[in-house]
Amino acid sequence: MTALSSNSGATEAEAEVVLSLQGVHKRFGDLEVLKGIDLTVRSREVVCLIGSSGSGKSTLLRTCNLLEPIDAGTIELLGHDLGHERIDPDAVRRHIGMVFQSYNLFPHLSVLDNVTLAPRRVLKRSKAAAELEATELLARIGLAEKAADFPDRLSGGQQQRVAIVRALAMGPSILLLDEITSALDPELVAEVLGLVEELAQQGMTMVLATHEMGFAKEVADTVCFLEEGRIIESGPPGKIFEDPDDPATRRFLQRIIEAGRL
Amino acid sequence: MPPTSAGALIDRDEPPISLYSSSRPRLRGRAGTIASTVSTIVVIGLIIALLASPSAAAFRKGFLDVHQMWIAFKGDPQKGILSVGKGFLLNLWLSIVCEIIVLILALGIAALRMTRGPVLMPFRGVAIAYTDFGRGVPVILVMLWIGFGVPSLNIPGISTQSPVVYAGFVLVFSYTAYVSEVYRAGILSVPTNQVQAARSLGLSAGTTLRRVVLPQAIRNVLPALLNDFASLQKDTAIVSTLGVAEAVHAAQIAGGVEFNYSGFTIASLLFLAVTVPLTRYTDRIMAKDRNRRLAGNGGAGAATSSP
Repeated sequence: MTALSSNSGATEAEAEVVLSLQGVHKRFGDLEVLKGIDLTVRSREVVCLIGSSGSGKSTLLRTCNLLEPIDAGTIELLGHDLGHERIDPDAVRRHIGMVFQSYNLFPHLSVLDNVTLAPRRVLKRSKAAAELEATELLARIGLAEKAADFPDRLSGGQQQRVAIVRALAMGPSILLLDEITSALDPELVAEVLGLVEELAQQGMTMVLATHEMGFAKEVADTVCFLEEGRIIESGPPGKIFEDPDDPATRRFLQRIIEAGRL
Repeated sequence: MPPTSAGALIDRDEPPISLYSSSRPRLRGRAGTIASTVSTIVVIGLIIALLASPSAAAFRKGFLDVHQMWIAFKGDPQKGILSVGKGFLLNLWLSIVCEIIVLILALGIAALRMTRGPVLMPFRGVAIAYTDFGRGVPVILVMLWIGFGVPSLNIPGISTQSPVVYAGFVLVFSYTAYVSEVYRAGILSVPTNQVQAARSLGLSAGTTLRRVVLPQAIRNVLPALLNDFASLQKDTAIVSTLGVAEAVHAAQIAGGVEFNYSGFTIASLLFLAVTVPLTRYTDRIMAKDRNRRLAGNGGAGAATSSP
């Protein structure tokens, strides 16, 4: 029981589609944030969403677990249309793990209780079983001795790793990571990205909104460049970062390089 | 560095600055100790002088007579003086029972005010009207209104209750309005990203409220809740207007019979014996919470709001 994710290995060629979006539109009042998003995420795939702030990356992730309702288009999780009238959002979210920029650990609960809350209250696991599993997961990321501590005693990097473990404890089919290193001090970024990389190697299906271009280049199977609510260009990182087709992608990468971030 | 040019961001020709205060330095060390000793002596001297003055004798006799305090405290059935001590037990009992009911009802009102959607709109309206009324009308007015008004209506089963029941009802009515607003402020103080984190783990709205929002909300407003409890405890004195034999009413009788008002002093001391520890405790909780927040906030993201 050392694997962090419980994904069964699908064959490379015919990996099952975990998440698919077709023509997704989302508007806040007059502002159209997503203007027709098509995206397919297969089992064991790591998709990185890149693009400047306000390009719609976060909103895209939040529509996938129904935190934001969409105005048009369809989202399917494991072949189920999430727009169906009898869809239970709580049931959908049970299968989608989400990690946020600001960690959002529950400050009134210990690290252990943060991790066991959902398994106990949603999956109705016994306290003992949930704590055993949570302790194993925490030990895997080297934070077993912090189990009884409250989140505010932990560094940002530790908090974010606990937030990832909290999502993993529900055994999700896919993880959505929303700029999870953006609020961290620079020296703490590596420990969080290291954990994400480990998950990728173990076959966790993930969609990341990220500004860490080096990381995206290394870990992503697919990179999608978003601008003004559209996916302008997507493909393997080698293609997107080395030889992008679209002038907008080239302009964006040029700015990143000038800022010394790639 | 070239001389200040039109495009420069930094102005190098600032006037000389002074970092020194023009007033005298504050007293430190031994000088400070001497100063505080002198000021203490002056204040104590003033109090002694006041108590020793001729009119102070009358004050002492009328308000601070220990013997009269004792008579008022234990009561004197022969003279028809009710016991302030026994009366105070009623104040205590009433405040505790009312507080428990208030804490439960107020949560319901707060929840009602925070509902969304058109179906519950009328209930929301009633809840808002109630909190406005309960907080806006003086407790004593409601007390007189219910306490004297309801018995005069001759409604079977309702108009024949004891004044203590009316008093309890009025205190619960007024304080539920206050406390529901305290709860509401507490719930609003919990960042929405806490709710989103809980919901994205698959927790239902109800479980999120119970396990994530309310524990944080109540911790945030605990000082305000304790404050309102101290206030409720004091306001049980208003029950005396209905002639209930509580501490203030008993002290009033003692004052009337003995022409001495030391009974009010002993009643005050009894109230202070409860409210002072309660407010000190509130202060301690607030200080502890503040220290915890200041000391613990190592994570940069704790203060980061959601996008």
